[in-house]
Amino acid sequence: MADTLTDKTSARPWRAPRLSLRRREAIEAWLFVSPTVAGFLVFFLGPLLAVMYFSLTEWNLLTQEATFVGVKNYVDALSVNPDFWHVLRNSFVFAIGLVPLNMTLALTLALALSRPFRGVVFFRTVFFAPVVTSAVAWAIVWRFLLQGEAGAVNQLLASVGIDGPNWLREPDWAMVAVIVTRVIKMVGLNMILYIAALQAIPRDYEAAARLEGASNWQIFRMVIWPLLAPTTLVIFVITMIGSFKVFDHIYLMTGGGPENGTLVLAFYIYEQGFKFFNVGYASALAMIMFVIVLVLTVIQMTLRRKDMR
Amino acid sequence: MTLTTRQARLVSRTCLIIALSVVAVPFVFPFLWMVSSGFKSATEIFGQPSLIPRVWRWQNYLELLEYQPFARQYFNSLYIAVAVTVLTLAISSLAGYALARMRFAGAGLLMLFLLSALMVPEEVTIIPNFFLIRSMGLMDTHAPLILLPVFGSHGVMATFLMRQYFLAIPKELEEAGRMDGLSRFGIWWRIALPMSRPALAAVSIITFLFSWNLFLEPLVFISSLEKFTLPLALSNFTDSYGLPLWHLQLAATSLAVVPILIVYLIAQRQIIESFALSGVKG
Repeated sequence: MADTLTDKTSARPWRAPRLSLRRREAIEAWLFVSPTVAGFLVFFLGPLLAVMYFSLTEWNLLTQEATFVGVKNYVDALSVNPDFWHVLRNSFVFAIGLVPLNMTLALTLALALSRPFRGVVFFRTVFFAPVVTSAVAWAIVWRFLLQGEAGAVNQLLASVGIDGPNWLREPDWAMVAVIVTRVIKMVGLNMILYIAALQAIPRDYEAAARLEGASNWQIFRMVIWPLLAPTTLVIFVITMIGSFKVFDHIYLMTGGGPENGTLVLAFYIYEQGFKFFNVGYASALAMIMFVIVLVLTVIQMTLRRKDMR
Repeated sequence: MTLTTRQARLVSRTCLIIALSVVAVPFVFPFLWMVSSGFKSATEIFGQPSLIPRVWRWQNYLELLEYQPFARQYFNSLYIAVAVTVLTLAISSLAGYALARMRFAGAGLLMLFLLSALMVPEEVTIIPNFFLIRSMGLMDTHAPLILLPVFGSHGVMATFLMRQYFLAIPKELEEAGRMDGLSRFGIWWRIALPMSRPALAAVSIITFLFSWNLFLEPLVFISSLEKFTLPLALSNFTDSYGLPLWHLQLAATSLAVVPILIVYLIAQRQIIESFALSGVKG
C-alpha cells in the first residue's frame, strides 16, 4: 500500500518531462536530418517541380524569358519532331539488347564463381575491375580498340580471316558495340549481387535435390532459379533504369552517331538542353524519362509485393 | 576407359578455368592495351600491333602535361572526391542515424520522399539545376560538383545504407551511453559511428569512385581548362580537327585509371563488398 503510494507520487513528476523528452527527440531528429532535407528540397524536389513547369514553356534565348505554351513541347516530341520516336526506339533497343545480355552473363559468371576453387578470387577481381574504372576511360579505350582498319579488334579478327566492320561508323554495328562494351563494363556488379544471393541459398536444398536424382539443370531450374527470383527482379529493374540513363558511354564512343544511330534519350536531353538550348523541349524529354523510370519502379514494387505474398 | 570421379572433376575444373579465361579477355585486354599504347609514338600506334612498345616513349607523359594543365586537373578530381566523400559521410550518417533510431513526426513521409529521389536519374533534374547553379553564381566553380552528388540520389543511397547499418547495432549499447550522460549527438559520435566502420568504409569507397568518375555534371558546369576534372580532361585530348591524340589520351587515361586499379587490386575484397552492400549503383 505504502509502496504504490510512493510509486504514484514518484511517477507524477516523471510524466511531464517524458512528454517533453519525446518532443526534444523530435527536434533533435529534425536537426540530424536537416542537411539532408535542405539539400533534398533545393537540389532535388525544387528542380523536379521546376522541370515539370519548364516542360510547359518555351524559352526565348535572347531575353531568357519563358512563355507558357501548355503541352506544346509534348506534342512536338510525340507527333511533330521525327527525332523523338527514333531516339526512344534507340533507347529501347539499347535496353532490350543490354539487359538480357548483362543478366545472362552475370548469372552465368556468378554460378561459376559462387563456390570456392583455386583462382575464384582472381576471376571475380577481373570481372569486377571495369566497374571501378571510369566510364569515360573505358569508352576512350574501346573507341581506340574498335577503330576501322587499325583498331586492335579488327586486326585480331583479320588474323583469323574475318573482315571486321568499321564498328563505330556504321549505325547498327555502333549500337552493338556500345551495348557490348557497356555490358563488359557493368556486368561485374550484377555478378556480385547474384553471387551474394547464390551463397545465401542453403546447401541442403541442392543436396536434397541431388539425392532425389535431379540433374544439374533440374536443380538450377527447380531449386536455384526460383530462389533467385527476388534478386533477379531487383537486378532487372536496376539494370533497366541504368540503361535508360546511359550517357557518358555514348557521348565518348559515338557522340550519338553515326546517323543518330546511337542517339539515346539521356544524350538527346543533353543535346537539346545544353547544345541547342531548347530548354522547354529538353525539359519535356526529361519528364518523359522520369515517367519511364517511374513506371519501371512501380512495376518492381508491385511485383515484389506479389512475391512476398 | 572410364574416368574416376576425381579425374572427372579435374577435367571439368580445367574446362571451367579455360572458359573463364576466354571470357576474361575483353575485361583485361583493354587495360593492357591502354597502358601499352600510352607508351607508343603517334605513328607506332597505327603500325604493326604489338603489346610491348618497340620504343618506350616516356615523353608522352611530359607532352600531356604541356598539352593541358593535367596535374592541376588531377588534383581537382582528387580534392573534389575527398570533399564529396567527407560531406556525404557526415550528412548521410547523421540522417541515417535519425531515421534508424529516433522517433519523430514525419519520419515515414521523409523516408518515402527520399526513396523517390533514389530512383530519379540526374539527367531529369540537370536542366533546372543548371539554372539554379547559375543564379547562385556558381558556374565554372567546383561547388556544383560537390553539392549535387552529396545531395543527389547518391547521397540518399548513402543515407539508406547508413540507416540499414545503424538498425543492426544493439540498442543496449546506446542505452548505456545515455546512462553515462551522453547527448544524442554524443551517442551518434561516440557509439554509433565507431560501431559502423564497415558501413562508413563502404560509403567512402563508393562515394569516392562515384565522384572520381562523374562526367555529366563537370561537362555541364565547368568551362575553364584549369578547373576540369579528370574525366573531362581525358575527353579533351584532341587535335584541331577534334580527332583524338591517341598516344596522349591513352597515356593520360592510364594515369587516371592505373592508381585506382592498384588500390582496387590491394583492397578488392573490401571494394567488391562495398558495391554489393550498396547494390543500387550503376
